[in-house]
Amino acid sequence: MPIPADDASLAEVAAALAAPGKGLLASDESVGTIGKRLEKAGLVNDEETRRAYRELFYTAPIGKAGISGAIMFKETLQQAAADGTSFVDCLTRQGVMPGIKVDEGLLPFEGHDLATGETFTRGLDTLAAAAAGYRQGGARFAKWRAALRVDASRGLPSERAVELNAQQLAQYAAVCQAAGLVPIVEPEVLIDGTHSAADFGAASERVIGATVAQLWRQGVALEGCLLKPQMVIKGADAAGGRAAPEEVAAATLTVMRRVVPAAIPGIMFLSGGQSEEEATLNLNAINVMAQQQGKAPWSLSFSYGRALQASVLKIWSADSSRAAEAKQMAVALAAANAAAVRGAYDAAGKHPSVTSDSSLREAFRGWHGPTASAPAAAAAAVAQ
Amino acid sequence: MQHTMAMRLSSSRGAGMPAARSSSSRSSSRCAARAGRTTAVKVVATSRFEASNPFMEEMRATAAHIATRGKGILASDESNATTGKRLESVGVENNAETRRAWRELMYTAPGLGQYISGCIMFEDFLYSSTAAGVPFVDVLRKEGIVPGIKADTGMQTLPGTDGETATQGLDNLGTKCKEWYKQGARFAKWRAVLRIAGPGQGPSTTAIMENAHGLARYAQIAQENGLVPIVEPEVTLGPGSYSIEETAYWSERVYSHVFRLLNEYNVVLDAILLKPNMCLPGLDAPPATPAEVAKYTTRTMLRTIPAAVPGIHFLSGGMSEEESTLNLQALNEACPNAPWSLTFSYGRALQATTLKTWAGKQENWEAAQKVLLSLAAANSQAQLGQYKGPHPSPGGGRILQALRTGGAGK
Repeated sequence: MPIPADDASLAEVAAALAAPGKGLLASDESVGTIGKRLEKAGLVNDEETRRAYRELFYTAPIGKAGISGAIMFKETLQQAAADGTSFVDCLTRQGVMPGIKVDEGLLPFEGHDLATGETFTRGLDTLAAAAAGYRQGGARFAKWRAALRVDASRGLPSERAVELNAQQLAQYAAVCQAAGLVPIVEPEVLIDGTHSAADFGAASERVIGATVAQLWRQGVALEGCLLKPQMVIKGADAAGGRAAPEEVAAATLTVMRRVVPAAIPGIMFLSGGQSEEEATLNLNAINVMAQQQGKAPWSLSFSYGRALQASVLKIWSADSSRAAEAKQMAVALAAANAAAVRGAYDAAGKHPSVTSDSSLREAFRGWHGPTASAPAAAAAAVAQ
Repeated sequence: MQHTMAMRLSSSRGAGMPAARSSSSRSSSRCAARAGRTTAVKVVATSRFEASNPFMEEMRATAAHIATRGKGILASDESNATTGKRLESVGVENNAETRRAWRELMYTAPGLGQYISGCIMFEDFLYSSTAAGVPFVDVLRKEGIVPGIKADTGMQTLPGTDGETATQGLDNLGTKCKEWYKQGARFAKWRAVLRIAGPGQGPSTTAIMENAHGLARYAQIAQENGLVPIVEPEVTLGPGSYSIEETAYWSERVYSHVFRLLNEYNVVLDAILLKPNMCLPGLDAPPATPAEVAKYTTRTMLRTIPAAVPGIHFLSGGMSEEESTLNLQALNEACPNAPWSLTFSYGRALQATTLKTWAGKQENWEAAQKVLLSLAAANSQAQLGQYKGPHPSPGGGRILQALRTGGAGK
């Protein structure tokens, strides 16, 4: 399917990104973040390795497998496949729209530390000029991530964090729309912690509600933007086993129905903290339940990073000559999740994932340097 | 303020808001998504208020019942002063008995429950009975009509504003709700009024904040005591030549604030009903067609009203009886599978001709009841998108509802 014409409205672009059975590949990890994953897999973090890694995805037929857009890091937007075809062309020729991460990462509030505290996001000052450049370079949509933490014992997320991040998200969205980019608004409520699904739901209602109110305040056209929230799940460190997909679906739909206006065409869930298989099963359960119950006027889709990549990296890092196999894995992961968007994933069948069942939690994601607790968390994740 | 709005309208267009025709088709496609529900929505409690409230399941069921497709609300909660004016306008003396008889005429109309799922009552009549001694709440319940109660005590002007108002009634509201629940009410209504003074002059921030707060706090108290709150933030029709786009803009602003506060006050949206205005241009601007009303109203609802709200019950303020039906039909044509029911909470649009037909005369009693049934049926069909006409009460012009302080009502 060809991508919307250059002069298409933002509403048309957003609707195309959130079209039935379609979802997004989040491949916009910063140099630092992707570097840590490459190194953990035994590879060197240099520009060529990063380029070759991304090439696996952009030259695989992911468009046909259901990917409508791929979020890129700014370095990647300039890169090309080994045969010289720009990544932008690789994507657009197969009907996948290039997107661009436009934030410059998280910063802790005064007196907070990255591992346990609250943050805001950098990047507004230079955004307008940058956005114009990215649009010229072929990007059709953008993404900005805010992170909020749930910890009832410390009163988190605090009013300050909720309001400031909501305002920043809305400002970012307004600037992007003015530059012709569909903004993906990502107010991620972190899965870290011991909270219940109900408490996570309450925090999500607050955070997304505040974000939506600010979107209105800043004049953002809801029809031309997308939301990227976390599903409503109990804390990664909470007692008891993993929640059943039907529980995740009921809690997630409850919250989305309460805070996301119907005018937003798509809710593109992130997969942070879930395994590849979990991310597919949960998304499928959400869509099956939505089809049964109705009252779900937006597309319920994905903007997955690790849930579309972990197994690909595992195959390719073991032996770079297995590139073809790695690309097939990229397609299989995309197809599984595209099926989940239609509520048609075979939950009883075998998921293509070849990574372990444990979560893909990382303590270093999105931050600018290791912290004291990061190695411990990473070790715990590996040990599971 | 004008600049902000102009920016917002043009940014909507510049950001590629679809042109007129495709906008309504985009509304339809959003409304067409996920049609055909087969199983009940399962709600997960997210707040302590919700989890520990013993009335929550009943309230969700009540809200869902009132928002049943093909049905709407009869608003009959006019204050005694307002009722009196209407009775006098058809030559009926205004006293406690005539006011009671007028309600009896409406509530005992045979078969009313086919089209009406809820009835908002003025407090006096929650405790009244038919001439034969049957309590009104029993009459209604037997028809499957849920009794509701006007919860606010009227409006007062906000000092320093140009005649804007705040709605009164929070004091002692919890105690009153308990009494009303005991008497048989299962939902309540609180009317906040915002006004557009002219082109570029929408409701002030003061008025929006005050009225949003009043609504949210009332809604919380009502839910605490087992009553489903109808949240009514009316952006009222007024004189002036402001455009329908401007009404849509201010309506979005008001609803956005209201829902932000409902969120903050832990009001459970699955157990409320909304009673908003349709988007209409100012009285001195050219009237909008039903299709235009539908386009701007559905767009406003899609942008501001979360899917969890079971029913959106439009008020009929300012519209004639026929217009109220035609516009409701157009709304349901534009949005056939909306996530909420697009229906009515009509006062005058169900009462005006009914009252004229009765004119206080016993011999006109049945004829008047038939008129009420036919008006209710027309709007029921419109809710289903199946209204074809002719209207039982055609014609009629715009009715300007002046803002009044203390005891203003529909």
